[in-house]
Amino acid sequence: MMPDSRDIRDLYQDMIFEHSKRPENFHALPDANRKAEGFNPLCGDHFTVFLRLDNDTVTDISFEGLGCAISKSSASMMTASLKGKTKSQVQELFAQFQRLVTNRAIETDDEAELGKLVVFSGVCEFPVRVKCAILAWHAMMSALDQKADMVSTE
Amino acid sequence: MSTTANRVGSVAVGFDAVGFSQDFPALHQLVHGKPLVYLDNAATSQKPRSVIDAITRFYEEDCSNIHRGVHLLSERATKAYEEVRLAVQQFIHAARPAEVIFVRGTTEAINLVAQSYGRTHVKTGDAVLVSAMEHHSNIVPWQILCEEKGSKLRVIPMNDRGELLLEEYEKLLTPETKLVAVAHVSNVLGTVNPVKQIIRMAHEYGIPVLVDGAQAVPHLQVDVQDLDCDFYAFSGHKMYGPTGIGILYGKKRLLEAMPPYQGGGDMISSVTFEKTTYNSLPHKFEAGTPNISGVIGLGAAIKYLARVGLDNVATHEHDLLAYATEQITRFSGVRVIGTAQAKAAVLSFVLDGIHPHDIGTILDHEGIAVRTGHHCAQPVMQFFGIPATTRASFALYNTEAEVDVLLRGIAKVQEMFA
Ligand SMILES: Cc1ncc(COP(=O)(O)O)c(C=O)c1O
Repeated sequence: MMPDSRDIRDLYQDMIFEHSKRPENFHALPDANRKAEGFNPLCGDHFTVFLRLDNDTVTDISFEGLGCAISKSSASMMTASLKGKTKSQVQELFAQFQRLVTNRAIETDDEAELGKLVVFSGVCEFPVRVKCAILAWHAMMSALDQKADMVSTE
Repeated sequence: MSTTANRVGSVAVGFDAVGFSQDFPALHQLVHGKPLVYLDNAATSQKPRSVIDAITRFYEEDCSNIHRGVHLLSERATKAYEEVRLAVQQFIHAARPAEVIFVRGTTEAINLVAQSYGRTHVKTGDAVLVSAMEHHSNIVPWQILCEEKGSKLRVIPMNDRGELLLEEYEKLLTPETKLVAVAHVSNVLGTVNPVKQIIRMAHEYGIPVLVDGAQAVPHLQVDVQDLDCDFYAFSGHKMYGPTGIGILYGKKRLLEAMPPYQGGGDMISSVTFEKTTYNSLPHKFEAGTPNISGVIGLGAAIKYLARVGLDNVATHEHDLLAYATEQITRFSGVRVIGTAQAKAAVLSFVLDGIHPHDIGTILDHEGIAVRTGHHCAQPVMQFFGIPATTRASFALYNTEAEVDVLLRGIAKVQEMFA
């Protein structure tokens, strides 16, 4: 038998429960100028991420939707950590978060940059849950890459 | 530590589920350090040693192509393959072996009927009738057909216990309706539909009926002549057989009139570049080299089920389901999805405030394999207003003790999320 070092608590850290029960920025954003949806057809998780981008800076960000504790807390903590960041800082943080949850060699200063987001470090031990952790981030990135006038088309 | 420590005590008197579990090698392993409790049987069941051995024996001793070689190996393989057709005929009580078509699974069986029978008989303005609790594989093939033909897909509604509304059904049996396609047993709700009555009602209007039996054949005796269904589709892998093999049963009269689904070797009787004459049934629908080892494995699975006795299996699983249902409803914050009077072997539920995906991961850590998600039946999720469920589904080797492990697992999930 394969030895199993994964502990369920590595995945479900307290901060993840807190954010999934009381998510931050969990509402629509009336003055958003970007938004995008993230959908995981395998489990039905579905989020909309709203962005207010002014001069390449995220001045406001929020999300709405339904998902598991991992995807919801990840969305919540993402919004908390991106507010005030420039577009290129956001892109960098996305890359670092992706490395964190997929366990590709973490660069030395990733951890410092990621801050509280390191509670998701346990996700890489649960390959089927990586998609949960990254779902809202993908939606956010696609919102970021949109033209500002695309948001009204939905 | 014994990996079988928790496999004690079956419910049905005299039914030795623990003993039978010894026949299934994959059941005896540790998962995250805990004895495996396999409750994902509606997705696929585990395979007994006799099935695994039959497949190995085919490859070690008889491996050859069928219906073509004059040599001994091919003769043996052809004989073994065709004997399984007879076994399937008996298993579902079909009138003739030629009415048993080997396909890849339920999905392919339904697609075959949609593409061959459906494209011939369903015209612009016509309708195909499915039920509100169908698996995607009994929805999408009909949608593809309806899209192509400009016809309509209509839906038999259900009540909130997950039972079809037969009075509403009757109203949908209009002259436009050219086919009814309905599940025998729902893979999400466990509902056993009154298919015999459904078929009789459709026949009163001259409408043929396809039954999706994927979830029925492992749990109850199926008699296609008694049901009088026109088509019956099922998969080997949910009834202790291998993946990649399934059955389409069809009435001879209908199959004979249907055009082929795929062209190729074995399905012809003569070919020139000007004209091809198709082979007779069942070969007309078995183009190309089939899944020979899969058929042989399926034969071993049917033998295994016959030895255990499907009626005994049904009683045992019924007892397990009753026990699990009674126990789970004692938890606060649990809602069982699917509470039909007639149910088989499936327990779907949701926990207040806890997403099924989280439940699945935590249960997995306790060694418990369940399915979480929409179970390829998104319209059912929409009906109940939920994104997903957790589903425990039972097989002949499951025990009451395993149900207890599941219940303790659920308690742990609720504790973690408290
Ligand atoms: C009711 C029902 N129909 C059809 C299918 C599809 O079967 P298969 O994937 O073996 O083709 C399933 C299996 O998930 C099922 O439960």
